[in-house]
Amino acid sequence: MTTRDGLAEKHCAVSGIGQSDVGRRLGRDPLELTLDACYAAVADAGLTPADIDGLSTYPGGMAVPKGFTGASAYETLDAMRLEVNWFDSGVETSGQLGSVMKACMAIGAGMADHVLCFRSVWEGSAQGAGGRASLGPGGGQGGTIYAGDFQQWMLPFGSAGAPIWVALFAQAHMQRYGTTPEQLAQIALNARRNAGLNPKAIYRDPMTLEDYFNSRMITTPLRLFDCDVPCDGATAFVVSRRALAEDLAKPPVYIEAMGAALHDRPSWDQLRDLTRTVGADAAAQMWSRTTLTPADVDIAEIYDGFSYLTMLWLEALGLCGTGESGPFVEGGTRIALEGSLPLNTAGGQLSAGRLHGYGFFHEACVQLRGEGGARQVASRPKVAAVAAGGGNTCGCFLLSTES
Amino acid sequence: MTEPSTLVVLPVLTERNRHFWQGGAQGHLTFLRCQTCGYYLHPPIPVCPVDQSKDLKPEAVSGRATLASYSVNHHPWLPGFELPYVVALVEIPEQPALRLTTNLVNCPLDEIEIGMALRVVFRHFEDPGGDVWLPLFEPDGDRP
Repeated sequence: MTTRDGLAEKHCAVSGIGQSDVGRRLGRDPLELTLDACYAAVADAGLTPADIDGLSTYPGGMAVPKGFTGASAYETLDAMRLEVNWFDSGVETSGQLGSVMKACMAIGAGMADHVLCFRSVWEGSAQGAGGRASLGPGGGQGGTIYAGDFQQWMLPFGSAGAPIWVALFAQAHMQRYGTTPEQLAQIALNARRNAGLNPKAIYRDPMTLEDYFNSRMITTPLRLFDCDVPCDGATAFVVSRRALAEDLAKPPVYIEAMGAALHDRPSWDQLRDLTRTVGADAAAQMWSRTTLTPADVDIAEIYDGFSYLTMLWLEALGLCGTGESGPFVEGGTRIALEGSLPLNTAGGQLSAGRLHGYGFFHEACVQLRGEGGARQVASRPKVAAVAAGGGNTCGCFLLSTES
Repeated sequence: MTEPSTLVVLPVLTERNRHFWQGGAQGHLTFLRCQTCGYYLHPPIPVCPVDQSKDLKPEAVSGRATLASYSVNHHPWLPGFELPYVVALVEIPEQPALRLTTNLVNCPLDEIEIGMALRVVFRHFEDPGGDVWLPLFEPDGDRP
């Protein structure tokens, strides 16, 4: 353990946040969405593009899968005519928020003072023609396709992606701890309740438990409403050197701690414990870098690419006991806006759209600043736990209104 | 698996993985094993992570397994896969931490139980790039 001053994030605060329009299928140029978010974040901080001297993004340029990224680091650097002292992108990192951790490290290392971070997606438009729902040639065509790398261990058996991989974890959790489908449903119901108060959310109509159980079974125990909704949209932050952030336009959101650790195998099936698959190592590292404890957390903004991942993160972060996420969310009152631990206050990816990790970090800043409007947690939260990712790509943050 | 509408997904065979995907030709579930410490390497890699030995050879295991988890998939991700099908995670007794993602076959859905005893059964696919035997698992009637 190094001293507090030796921790990169202690030198950092979020000075600006920005988000583009968000929609199921906006049909807009993804670079335009990216730039809308980036310019908004810079302006929110009271800065201009000339002040930005660093850039970090997840995942950077990727042609496949289509829609997974709306702009590369190079495209954005060029489009904004940024003059940076440091920049980085990459998909092999500790979750989508790994890019924000790298920004903190760049500031801590003296490489930059104001780092623009962004995540941009257009999966809604890209998958509009049915791209996500099936793989292969489609249209009932026959033939043989070949799977290499890690997919060779999955695709020949029809284990066609994260919904199935996460379903296998969820089933193991239900078996070991008695977690029920009714408990799992609370993650989706809570998200929809909060989305109803978020004008930018994709799905805002009320959802009942009956609606949940009527939604199509995808792969047991996960139903359609346990899966997040692909969308178009971009989210950006300016992470600034703490001393500089305090003189900017908005009250800083301080980065209290972050966690990136991955001690298990980076795999979807060779894990030590099938019921402890998300974030436990990253969360332990995060708590080792702060004097705060899980009892200090006022709100939680936790990845819900699949509802079950949120439950796992609740356990990993120590917000409830191991194996106890089911009873913890039971009935939904504890995690509601008025509850003792408001969760996914903007509607999560399940109802507000798959902004892919960045949406949670954004919402944590909104809530800590008190800018949540109709969905603002009335008790004015001071500490937020933010976690993103699943499987072998996980990271988490603790954000605070106090330095 | 020969209907015209059937899509087949096969592994790309390489020198590193051939023993696994073609072990079924002899009816054997086969893993790369470290000859100095006995560790099974899966997925196969060129150096043992336990003792850094490069003395690695494919070896057959019993073909027995235990069901670690499962999911009954109802979504048509891949055309030609008959729905529903059961994706399973199985653990082998020779090294319980070694799991395979596979399919549970020949088992009524209401009889699936985590922890149940399974045995390997191979499905053979002819392919110009080299035949492949997918290791699937079914209930092991000889064991409780």
